[in-house]
Amino acid sequence: MAGRRARAGAVRARVLIRPKAGILDPQGGAVARALPALGFEGVHEVHVGRMIELEVDDPSTVGAMCERLLANPLVEDYEIELLG
Amino acid sequence: MRIGVVRFPGSCDHRDTIAAASAVGEAVELWHADRDLRGADAVIIPGGFSYGDYLRAGAIARFAPVMEAVGELAAAGGPVLGICNGFQVLCEAGLLPGALLPNISLRFRCVDVRLEVSNPRSPFLAAVPAGAALRIPAKHSIGRYYAPAGMLRELEERGQVILRYAPGESFNGSVERIAAVSNAAGNVMGMMPHPEHAVRERDGSADGRLIFASLRSAVAATGAGAAAGSGSAR
Repeated sequence: MAGRRARAGAVRARVLIRPKAGILDPQGGAVARALPALGFEGVHEVHVGRMIELEVDDPSTVGAMCERLLANPLVEDYEIELLG
Repeated sequence: MRIGVVRFPGSCDHRDTIAAASAVGEAVELWHADRDLRGADAVIIPGGFSYGDYLRAGAIARFAPVMEAVGELAAAGGPVLGICNGFQVLCEAGLLPGALLPNISLRFRCVDVRLEVSNPRSPFLAAVPAGAALRIPAKHSIGRYYAPAGMLRELEERGQVILRYAPGESFNGSVERIAAVSNAAGNVMGMMPHPEHAVRERDGSADGRLIFASLRSAVAATGAGAAAGSGSAR
């Protein structure tokens, strides 16, 4: 979907979901430990989340989608980007 | 007593669960698309990978039609037990507090664990002798129980922490070694270990039978059940 135009009347939205600060993120830790092994020094923090791209008719509904399904607000933060 | 065992696409422990439940009552399989509980007095949501664990474990299953009826039974005080993926589903559905995160090791582990009773008054432990520890297998990659500090304090104060992994056996990194929690009313419980896989001596332990045997007292304690399960809640 990336790089593509949204269908007529629809808006492309991108939702970035990441573990809440303070919640142990073993995936981020594993990646952070792997990078120096490849010679990439100076990496201090890595957090692994996920990205969801949607095409929606009404972008004002994306927040509710995040609260109810796309993210688990107890353990994850989310950010919505509207791409037009 | 009729025990409904919910099966979603991707469930895999429903057979062992039905076999174990059959020892204490009449077990019936409920399909995710069912709109009622076929008269069940208690419901078990078994382990597996409902809907492929897509998005987050349990996130899609909570919207299955049968979950509305499960929610009605829970609201009416009927016993609802979630095992492993069932625990994840009940957390996602908001019927239980907290969330289950990937194991700290990021690995799937299948191990026998010793469990300490944290709240012996739970109806789901009615058949467990006082002071006994349970030996039950756990097998999962997403079983690290998490609740934010404030919620955790409330759970401890209200006796909603039901089982803990014995010291040194919390392989998944769960906060406060929590293996099972209940809702505030005590009639909904989720546990990561699998009692249905420990019901005969040849399973290595038969301690799981005690959880199923407790269902009868859990049903008796609530007096709910069939009325809500038939679709006409209350």
